[in-house]
Amino acid sequence: MTSTDATNLYLPDMATIQEVIQETSNIKTFRITLNNPDAMRRFRFEPGQVGQLSVFGVGESTFVINSSPTRMDYLQFSVMRVGEITEKLHKLRPGDQVGVRAPLGNCFPYEDMKGKDIVFVGGGIGMAPLRTLLLYMLDNREDYGKISLLYGARSPSDMAFSYELPEWLEREDMTTELTVDNGTPDWKHHVGLIPNVLKEMAPSAENAFAVTCGPPIMIKFTIEALHSLGFNDEQIVTTLEKRMKCGVGICGRCNIGTKYVCKDGPVFTYAQLRQLPNEL
Amino acid sequence: MLTARYIANDKLLPWLLSLTETRQVLAPVQVGGQTLFAPLDADSRLDLKGLADASAKAALLPRCETLFEFHYSKSEGVPSRTELELRETLPDQETFLFGARPCDAKGFTVFDRVYDAGTRRDIYYCSRRDKTLVAVLACTDPADTCFCNRVGGGPGETDGADILFTPVKGGFVVEAVTERGDAFLLEQPLVEAEDRTEEARKVREAVSDAMPDEAPLVGIQSKVLELFDDKGFWEGITSKCLSCGACSYLCPTCYCFNMTDEIKGDDGVRIRTWDNCMSFQFTLEGSGHNPRDGKAQRMRNRIGHKFSYYPELHDGNLACVGCGRCIVHCPVSMDVRAIVDQARDRALAKEEHVND
Ligand SMILES: Cc1cc2nc3c(=O)[nH]c(=O)nc-3n(C[C@H](O)[C@H](O)[C@H](O)COP(=O)(O)OP(=O)(O)OC[C@H]3O[C@@H](n4cnc5c(N)ncnc54)[C@H](O)[C@@H]3O)c2cc1C
Ligand code: SF4
Ligand code: SF4
Ligand code: FES
Repeated sequence: MTSTDATNLYLPDMATIQEVIQETSNIKTFRITLNNPDAMRRFRFEPGQVGQLSVFGVGESTFVINSSPTRMDYLQFSVMRVGEITEKLHKLRPGDQVGVRAPLGNCFPYEDMKGKDIVFVGGGIGMAPLRTLLLYMLDNREDYGKISLLYGARSPSDMAFSYELPEWLEREDMTTELTVDNGTPDWKHHVGLIPNVLKEMAPSAENAFAVTCGPPIMIKFTIEALHSLGFNDEQIVTTLEKRMKCGVGICGRCNIGTKYVCKDGPVFTYAQLRQLPNEL
Repeated sequence: MLTARYIANDKLLPWLLSLTETRQVLAPVQVGGQTLFAPLDADSRLDLKGLADASAKAALLPRCETLFEFHYSKSEGVPSRTELELRETLPDQETFLFGARPCDAKGFTVFDRVYDAGTRRDIYYCSRRDKTLVAVLACTDPADTCFCNRVGGGPGETDGADILFTPVKGGFVVEAVTERGDAFLLEQPLVEAEDRTEEARKVREAVSDAMPDEAPLVGIQSKVLELFDDKGFWEGITSKCLSCGACSYLCPTCYCFNMTDEIKGDDGVRIRTWDNCMSFQFTLEGSGHNPRDGKAQRMRNRIGHKFSYYPELHDGNLACVGCGRCIVHCPVSMDVRAIVDQARDRALAKEEHVND
């Protein structure tokens, strides 16, 4: 039974796992479809929005919908194993049932980004939210200027979406740079911290937006690097992670001052972040 | 004019008990040495002396409630597959909440702005709210920890209530406040209030006038926010706090919740329970990062939410109704009034310093 009662904020839609991809030793990607075909057909979301995935009996956790709204065959979530729910999610197989409450939250300002150059800087699982925007832009390529991507992970085997990386590296309409903290003998890309590689790449800040996601410490130094390249606070976009429950601004778990990451975020410009009380 | 009735002291309990035939009646009763809102029955010991120990918020947001049930079963067609069924469990109990104090009822209005916010309606809360008649009992003997008059309320106010009971000589004057309170009263076998509403008004006024005349805490949101980065201030005031959370569990305006699953065999439930921003786990993230990892940060959020963030988002209304429960029951005697007064004085002193 699928409930489509849109008035109950907490009742998930039932969905079936179609495919599971082992990305790295602790990240798996789940491609799911809603069980109700009408609901699946009507489902709309914007790049950057999140969903709550339920494993009934264990609970619910927040993940970015990292597929693109331009490719609606399934909804994709990539999950890093860190605790109870993510552990259980990692045990699920195609055909298994999950619950989903989505879409939640705001989205990347992809309309404001039209006609601009876009610099993506992702670290680790932080590549997930970038992927949705990147695919969206590649599918609407003529709307955007130069697209460059810098993606870093601890080691080559920690790189998610490795099956997509060759295509991104080869595409003529985007620049892709990869970096790892620790290389291996056959690693042909950068070795070094993301902010340093970013400075080497030296993307122009003129008429550009930078979108960055990753661990807090990476974001901190990436923003410093972007500033040194001339990006101002309005041109820097990031997503915040806060512990969430309701996902709709009621349970009171995810506030920073008057802002709720679940409904006013997760996407913020750095200019907006600087307006918030310092409690990230 | 809305309906007004009178009920004599000795008729009150029988009347309330008669109501239990058609609905649940929640009232302050003695339970193991405490006064708590609980379903009234013939054995209950009603206690209307003062403020109940816990607030009445559980009437609308239970400490623990089931949001839905789920059931796993083997698929008939494909034995390797598991089917899953969800069943919504919506509250449908008609309730008469009796003896809530004006601060308790005002607390519901704090909830309303969050749980019934236009397109974002929490249907569990909203259906309880719709099915609950709130009858407040005007206070005649405020405790020295009460400060409703400093936060936009008063001992005879009716914000958030449907019916107002005012103690008068020999009994209570019972006045409708809302249309549905009126419709309810019209159906009740209570005697006409005649001219006693005037007596009731005087009782309320006298109590209100007798409350200490201290500076209102309304309109201070910017003052609290100014102190956000004043680490010394927050650490100073929280040095004795135990992070026990008693303050938020007893507070009529604290509404944060957690959602968790419970399962036994193939059957389970998703429940929600009160949560508490004074606890370390509240904001702990997967990376191990905790944006509020000290009790000073957590107290800052609690005070900030009540006196700064909430009023900022909701037209200046505070998320504190001055019931004083957090003061009475804090094991180390923290006093929210003193904290907010100090915050204001500190912020004002800083402003003067800047202006010098
Ligand atoms: C807007 C947003 C988008 C996210 N997108 C992704 C994503 O695309 N992929 C991904 O792998 N993860 C994502 N996360 C993080 C993910 O929600 C948490 O890692 C997950 O909830 C942990 O659940 P758990 O039950 O396995 O952990 P638990 O067993 O609950 O706890 C393990 C640890 O994780 C912490 N934790 C629990 N919930 C959260 C939370 N929501 N955020 C941070 N820490 C938490 C706990 O405090 C504990 O330290 C996102 C979080 C947010 C807020
Ligand atoms: S009741 Fe007192 S000790 Fe306990 S968390 Fe609240 S302020 Fe701290
Ligand atoms: S903060 Fe304290 S005084 Fe204010 S409403 Fe809550 S319990 Fe009552
Ligand atoms: S997750 Fe509940 S308020 Fe944001």
